[in-house]
Amino acid sequence: MRPLVAAAAGALFGGGLLVSGMTDTARVRGFLALLGPGPWDPTLAFVMGGAILPMLFAWRVTPRRAPVLAQSWPERVTGLDGPLIAGSVLFGIGWGLVGLCPGPALASLLWGGPKVAGFAAAMVLGMVALPRLRALRAA
Amino acid sequence: MEGIIWDLPAVVRALVGGLMIGGAAALMLLVNGRVMGASGILGGLVDGTGDARTERLAFLAGLIGVPLLIVLATGDRPTNIVAGWPTLLIAGLLVGIGTRLGAGCTSGHGVCGISRLSPRSLAATVTFIAAGVLTVRVFA
Repeated sequence: MRPLVAAAAGALFGGGLLVSGMTDTARVRGFLALLGPGPWDPTLAFVMGGAILPMLFAWRVTPRRAPVLAQSWPERVTGLDGPLIAGSVLFGIGWGLVGLCPGPALASLLWGGPKVAGFAAAMVLGMVALPRLRALRAA
Repeated sequence: MEGIIWDLPAVVRALVGGLMIGGAAALMLLVNGRVMGASGILGGLVDGTGDARTERLAFLAGLIGVPLLIVLATGDRPTNIVAGWPTLLIAGLLVGIGTRLGAGCTSGHGVCGISRLSPRSLAATVTFIAAGVLTVRVFA
């Protein structure tokens, strides 16, 4: 049952990314152009607003009951640390350079052309490389 | 800032699409008890650290497959990458490494974490948006 629910959530997520404009890299870069160059396009702020709204209600349910098909709610991680901020800086640079973050890169993987596929391949390479880079540092 | 673009139909689509994204995240949380983060779901699968591989694969199948069906049905293809190949590959690497190091991306931190009022996710989101804004300012 859980994979079916995950597939439905993935489908709704992908559809939402497409409808909202998150796969439109020109619009993403227009949103990030808060300090220029050119005019600022605030449209994508409404994606985040629209997405946070149902989730505010969803999190309010969690103290009172268990998930339908799971034993417990996601663990809450606390505390700010270096990797959180450093990772977010690296991610933000990559996001700004092209205008794709992980969800939209996957949502446009099969129709976005070779450049989206190349970006996604490099992203997966980075994801696979990180634990190995960590192991090198620890050794 | 050199003015603001107001594109009202696009704002309506952004809100509708945003509600769909939030609905998907709520489904994943309330039924499967999971945070819907694109980088976490993909990353845990490809680096072998994640549990529930079938569930991850099913999520990715929906995420990758359904937009293709919509694009085939409507003919609308709004991805227009201007970056050249070297930039593109470096950016992909940075997004892959950065989202795993920072434990999340726009969906995990920006949607699920902020709505949980998580200070970590708020800090991450402010940081990656600021880094994106500065990058566009410097390199565009």
